[in-house]
Amino acid sequence: MAWVNQDKCAIVGIGATDYYVRGKSWPRTINDMAAEAIMNACADAGISHKQIDGFSYYSTAGAGYLDKFDTASLMETLGMPHISWSATLTSGGGGCPGAIGLATAGLMNEDCTYTVTLMALQQLPQHRLGVVFGAAAPNPENSFLQPSGLVGPGHLMSVLARRHMHLYGTTQDAFGEVVMATRANTHNRPKAVRKDPLTKEQYDASVMLADPLRRLDFCLETDGAVAVITTTMDRAKDCRHKPAVVHAAAHGGQREWGRAFAWMGMPDPYFASSGHKFTADRVWAQSGLTAKDMDVALIYDHFSPMVLMQLEDYGFCEKGEGNDYVLSGKLRYDPATGKGVNGGVPVNTHGGNLNEAYIIGMTHIVEGVEQVRGTAINQVKDAEFALVSGGPASLPVSSLILRKD
Amino acid sequence: MTYGPARALPGDQIRITTNPDTEPFWQAAKEGKLTACQCGDCGHFRMPPTAICPECGSRAKEWPTLPGTATIFSYAICNKNPKNGEDYVYVPVVVDLDGAPGTRLNANVSGCDAEDVHIGMKVSVDWTPIQDGWVLPNFKA
Repeated sequence: MAWVNQDKCAIVGIGATDYYVRGKSWPRTINDMAAEAIMNACADAGISHKQIDGFSYYSTAGAGYLDKFDTASLMETLGMPHISWSATLTSGGGGCPGAIGLATAGLMNEDCTYTVTLMALQQLPQHRLGVVFGAAAPNPENSFLQPSGLVGPGHLMSVLARRHMHLYGTTQDAFGEVVMATRANTHNRPKAVRKDPLTKEQYDASVMLADPLRRLDFCLETDGAVAVITTTMDRAKDCRHKPAVVHAAAHGGQREWGRAFAWMGMPDPYFASSGHKFTADRVWAQSGLTAKDMDVALIYDHFSPMVLMQLEDYGFCEKGEGNDYVLSGKLRYDPATGKGVNGGVPVNTHGGNLNEAYIIGMTHIVEGVEQVRGTAINQVKDAEFALVSGGPASLPVSSLILRKD
Repeated sequence: MTYGPARALPGDQIRITTNPDTEPFWQAAKEGKLTACQCGDCGHFRMPPTAICPECGSRAKEWPTLPGTATIFSYAICNKNPKNGEDYVYVPVVVDLDGAPGTRLNANVSGCDAEDVHIGMKVSVDWTPIQDGWVLPNFKA
């Protein structure tokens, strides 16, 4: 059954700071970067930032993993006169596109008129995401995980990748193809951190950080901020750009996935998955669409195997067939035709977290907006529908379908 | 790849904390007994221990002594000590515990070369003293 809020709201503004290699954004502060991203997004929408009256966060209003956004502080910084919506999804980057669903909830409830979703992060030495689990103080829950030395998200996900290899014969070559296929999309992107083409030899020579995963299977560690503005369709018509219509949005997941790799209790087949199946089924039910209806897929790529597993959970291929799907080149974008390769749906035409920048999923929303506006650097020809997914992680995970107006 | 002998991470760099729901597990470990949290009413096992049985809602708990054997469900191979970045080959494993269906522990395995660890491998508990007088269940091949 179609979602009651289908096509009622739209993303109308996108804004970002520069992207910095980890730690290099200092001496800028988190609120400085957040404010720049918000003001850029408002300028893109053609509104004043003082018209923002809603905040729809994810990651428990986290700014990176140790800092927190505070709506009152942002109002104080930006001079917003009043707010009437301030809400967050819980957990982490899994909720990124789901925050647009949260924005829709606030807008459809007539609590607010323009709501911002944002992320800013600054990875000073004490804030490195790469070691965030190991650096956390022990607590009764993580005392069942941390002593194993699975110190970073990449170490944790290497255990999921290993199980997928065991069950389905998935190869490290497929992980490499995820990285190479999306790297091929950054050479023409001025803000991308990694722009040089990547060969298989270079991938194979990348240092093994947590066998079976190499350094290049891990996403970038970057600083920066990204904000997007969501409003109702009637207001969106008065904004500067064509609206990126919110066609479907869902967050959640099922108990078998639960705390995911912070737990490791997932039974097969959930263990070697992205945890997105439940949410994928929801957005397809909301929209009446399927994976093959998507023109472009912006798939959260903190670690290359999790792209492959999301492609399975969203039904781009059958469960267990991700290896062959990826290796047949179906993630690639062909600039000559503006289409996919070998019948595939182009994945991460912006280069993703692995190659462009890692702002905990926000760059994927930005790319989805640009694709359905028709203004993307690597524009998919006649793109009508863009799928955006959040990071496979502790629930909720989430996804969003944007539609061309 | 060739890694050589897998070692458990040094116990003196490991610290845990407990709460009333989890402490019986760690107290048993101090006595060299591997246990898991079992519902006192419906018999369902759960790990880590939580306040309420997720199957039947009961607060009654039992802590049976398990055989201390397990099967490797998945693993990674790491080669740097996370505390100091020094070369150190260790193998984090996720194991299914014998005698407590559906429960797992995350631990290190030793007693073999890292490259010989495999899914389905049988292992047995190997106790590692850690900070504050607690004892951690690791596993050996």
